[in-house]
Amino acid sequence: MLEVKDLHVTVEDKAILKGLNLTINAGEVHAIMGPNGAGKSTLSAVIAGKDGYEVTQGTILFEGQDVLEMEIEERARAGLLLGFQYPVEIPGVKNIYLLKAALNAQRAARGEGEIPAPEFMKLVREKSAEMKMDPSFLQRAVNEGFSGGEKKRNEILQMLVLQPKLAMLDEIDSGLDIDAMKVVADGVNSLRDANRAILLVTHYQRLLNHIEPDHVHVLVDGRIVKSGDKDLALELEARGYDWVLEGSAA
Amino acid sequence: MSAPERFLERLTARRAEDPSWVAARRQAGAARFEALGFPTRRDEEWKYTDVRRIAEGDFALATDAAFDTARFDEQRLDIDAYRLVLVDGVFSAELSRLDGLPAGVSLEPLSRAMAANHEAVGGSLGRLAGVDFSPFTALNTAFAEEGVIVRLAPGTVVDKPIYVLLLSRANERPVMSHPRVLIEAGARAEATIVEHYSGEPDAANFTNVVTEVLLDRGAIVDHYKLQEAALTDLHVASIHVDQGRDSRFNSYNLNLGGALVRTDLVTDLNAEGAEAAYNGLFFVQGRQHVDNHTLVNHNAPRTFSNENYKGVLDDRSRGVFNGKVFVKKDAQQIEAYQNNANLLLSDRAEIDTKPELVIYADDVKCSHGATTGQLDEEAVYALRSRGIDEPMARALLTLAFVGEVMDKVRLNVIAERVERAVAGRLPERFNLADLVETAEAIQEA
Amino acid sequence: MASEEMEQLVRREYKQGFVTDIESDTVPPGLDESTIAFISQKKEEPQWMLEWRLEAYHQWLKMTPPSWAHLEYPPIDYQAISYFSAPKKPEDRPQSLDEVDPKLLETYEKLGIPLHERAALAGVAVDAVFDSVSVTTTFKEKLHEAGVIFCSISEAIREYPELVRQYLGTVVPQADNYFAALNSAVFTDGSFVYVPEGVKCPMELSTYFRINAANTGQFERTLIICDKQAQVSYLEGCTAPMRDENQLHAAVVELVALEDAYIKYSTVQNWYPGDEEGKGGIYNFVTKRGDCRGDRSRISWTQVETGSAITWKYPSCMLRGKESIGEFYSVAVTNGRQQADTGTKMIHIGENTRSTIVAKGIAAGRSDQAYRGLVKIGPRAKGARNYTQCDSLLIGDQCGAHTFPYQEIGNSTATVEHEATTSKIADDQLFYCRARGIDEEDAVSMIVNGFCKDVFQELPMEFAVEAEALLNVTLEGSVG
Repeated sequence: MLEVKDLHVTVEDKAILKGLNLTINAGEVHAIMGPNGAGKSTLSAVIAGKDGYEVTQGTILFEGQDVLEMEIEERARAGLLLGFQYPVEIPGVKNIYLLKAALNAQRAARGEGEIPAPEFMKLVREKSAEMKMDPSFLQRAVNEGFSGGEKKRNEILQMLVLQPKLAMLDEIDSGLDIDAMKVVADGVNSLRDANRAILLVTHYQRLLNHIEPDHVHVLVDGRIVKSGDKDLALELEARGYDWVLEGSAA
Repeated sequence: MSAPERFLERLTARRAEDPSWVAARRQAGAARFEALGFPTRRDEEWKYTDVRRIAEGDFALATDAAFDTARFDEQRLDIDAYRLVLVDGVFSAELSRLDGLPAGVSLEPLSRAMAANHEAVGGSLGRLAGVDFSPFTALNTAFAEEGVIVRLAPGTVVDKPIYVLLLSRANERPVMSHPRVLIEAGARAEATIVEHYSGEPDAANFTNVVTEVLLDRGAIVDHYKLQEAALTDLHVASIHVDQGRDSRFNSYNLNLGGALVRTDLVTDLNAEGAEAAYNGLFFVQGRQHVDNHTLVNHNAPRTFSNENYKGVLDDRSRGVFNGKVFVKKDAQQIEAYQNNANLLLSDRAEIDTKPELVIYADDVKCSHGATTGQLDEEAVYALRSRGIDEPMARALLTLAFVGEVMDKVRLNVIAERVERAVAGRLPERFNLADLVETAEAIQEA
Repeated sequence: MASEEMEQLVRREYKQGFVTDIESDTVPPGLDESTIAFISQKKEEPQWMLEWRLEAYHQWLKMTPPSWAHLEYPPIDYQAISYFSAPKKPEDRPQSLDEVDPKLLETYEKLGIPLHERAALAGVAVDAVFDSVSVTTTFKEKLHEAGVIFCSISEAIREYPELVRQYLGTVVPQADNYFAALNSAVFTDGSFVYVPEGVKCPMELSTYFRINAANTGQFERTLIICDKQAQVSYLEGCTAPMRDENQLHAAVVELVALEDAYIKYSTVQNWYPGDEEGKGGIYNFVTKRGDCRGDRSRISWTQVETGSAITWKYPSCMLRGKESIGEFYSVAVTNGRQQADTGTKMIHIGENTRSTIVAKGIAAGRSDQAYRGLVKIGPRAKGARNYTQCDSLLIGDQCGAHTFPYQEIGNSTATVEHEATTSKIADDQLFYCRARGIDEEDAVSMIVNGFCKDVFQELPMEFAVEAEALLNVTLEGSVG
């Protein structure tokens, strides 16, 4: 589904990713772990198309399409969706407007008509209930005055409504207490199916207790230095990143 | 005879022996002043300030610099500094301390520089403040014969503050003076410069000062204007700053004295990385009138400015704040912040404030805020619930209000002096007899 | 965002540009005493009205146009303007909609104000001003039952001279300013509303103004009086066809609120702004002022200004009554070569008066926009409070946005707060929306609408929808 090959990315002339390779197939959950500054967030941001990142080498293919040639919104409509570590506040724009506009844009791209209002309301109510979000959140401005946990739940709510093919979640666990983590993890787990893939970017193993990954990759200094199954995350938790560094250096 | 003519008469009477290029410059200033006349309240820039008290005055020019030494010791700031003193606009060699200047620093009275036909006079002087800025700069250009020239060679970091003290005497007949200050800081030079206005309690003179500051690449200048003149003195000042790449200008405009004070502060941020910080405080009482006009011109991309002016007004005093931020077309990635907060202690005091933004570039972060109000009643309550009586609580909070600006002041001597002055001059109902001690006691508790 | 994409977005066509081909009864251009006498006679006005006009005219002759605004335009030739234009056959003016020239109705149709529907479905009475003469007034009877007078100012001068004489010019004096003086001399039509004591006007009142004939200035005069405990909501929509020349619009609106009265005045202004090069367009020089004369009275101005080549407009409140309230909510959008200098004045005179100002400015294209506001707290206005928020949004790097707030505070018990920001649409907000699949133009429109939310929510429901649509049209193609 997603194929990243020899990806080199610089930010303000500083090399962040230095030849990263990653293949994700439908139905899989991948976790990318690594110390601060390793380039974890850069990877998801580049895939989503954020400004300020220069790809100097390499390719990103999504279902055979060249992602780097696609506009930001085209990527989203194609089913590549990024859940942000720090979701931005948009004053005055109601959450529900954003959801509806995003969903209709996606449908239009697929050649479908706008979703009928009653159907949309039903869908959104259902999904917010799943995320244990009060319907009043839908009427509030996007992320404005939301707590950290509320913002994260809101990100997952968008995923549940937009049903991406590849959901990328950047540090979705940061700032969450254990109850909120559970709600978020349940939300993410409900997305899991054979046609969909999930990419988790996280610093801590904690999240992976709730969302069990099929593959774990360790990103250090712009490269994936080690890959394995979920046990790798546990090992990392126990032994720290230095262990991988030593291992890779040896 | 019109008011401008009456003023200019003194010029013709006095300046016969000028070299021709100086005479030409005076001529240009005089002609411009005569054409403009004194501003009236119909001029937008003078909407809230009436200068008739100046225009209708009859001011002589001082001829000597004698000053009571006891009074001098009482008035001067107690700091270790290079010192240059003007009395009613006349240089006092006796009170000045210009010895021991380090290499790369020159500090001299304008008259000496002029006599020597110094290049600074012909070159830099008047570059920033031409005769068109206002009738008062034109008038200054016509009359300026004394002042201060500060020049810093590239890379010079001045070890002690440069302290310019301008004293005003209680003369039998009021006098006027038109001092001219020029500060030229070479690349990466650093200095602290204090302009201090003070004098005898009943002085009723007219001071019309123009200061020009040129900062080359990477230069850093802290500029203080401490106004403590008599409550009968008239004072008009304009400060013009030109900033090169990565330079920093920190202004501290602290106004306690004067009957009528108008200060214009204009900075041109002309190259990337230049940064200006304006810190202002005015505390006025009686019938004092203080008008601060500030302008920051963001002429280049990636320039920054931050302004914070605070005013406390009592009795029938009047305060004016007009702060303008201008962002030139294509000057992108600008950050400019401006804040003005005022506290009215009396029903008859008035504040007129106008924070302006004029913006022609889109990639900017600009904001301003202006608030006028009273002390936070919840804070008053909180202090009272700790056993502090109400007048004391209000006094403490007023000091706290002022404190936000004073915290930025890096010369402790000045910060303490201003705080003491504010505390000592708060209204009696604020019960400030032993405020400072109480404040200390609270801090210790 | 790439600038050429921005360019495209900024470009748009004026959707209301069409001319109704109706013969007009127009006086030749020029202004002197005889023109004024002609207007007064045409309107069958009493002698005192003519004298009042002439008085204003003589004052105007001595005045000069204001020059302090942040605007640039060539001097106006007041002798080149025609001061009266009325649809022909004034004798047999239509008595009902059926009698109205179908072409006229079609015009309204194109403007999106189908009279029948609006009247019947929305329950809104429309006093439609076509050029200068009021053509039709609906729902008069229902209003009559409630005791509300809603008619053209000309009719009011004839039918209710005492009321008009008592209030006309008491809020905006004849010589208040250059344009108000001109209006006082030559005004041709406008609305008059009187809501008697204790009456809550049973429906929203609405007038659509439209400038049609070339070279005719429009000088309407509106006077609204709300007696004690009365309430009214008044909607004003303005639009004009495309013309090459600049047309002058110098209106005066006076509002009077007595004790406990509440007047809500909403405007959606979409006069022709001129073409991309700045050719043509309306000069909109308007004086609007409300007088909170009674204690606890309240006047609320809401405006959405998207049109006109030049806008010079400061709807204001004189807060005389104790505890009276003044409000100003504004969205101003400029694009192309438009210029706007707009804002408000809140004059606090009485004790415990309160005012709120929320102004949102959006500048795109090569337009220039300024907020200019005055908050004045008089010495007797104990406990007065003002809160001002003005935000500017810049779209593209060829436009300008400026803020000139004046505060004159003469009372120590007053609290005055002003906050202003200027910025562009944040890149991370745009990215966030686009990363959800929303295209850039829609994202910008959403963010801009969000930016204006505080003002739109003050508009009556149907106006709010129209305002949002108008905003989108104005910025159509405006973001890349």
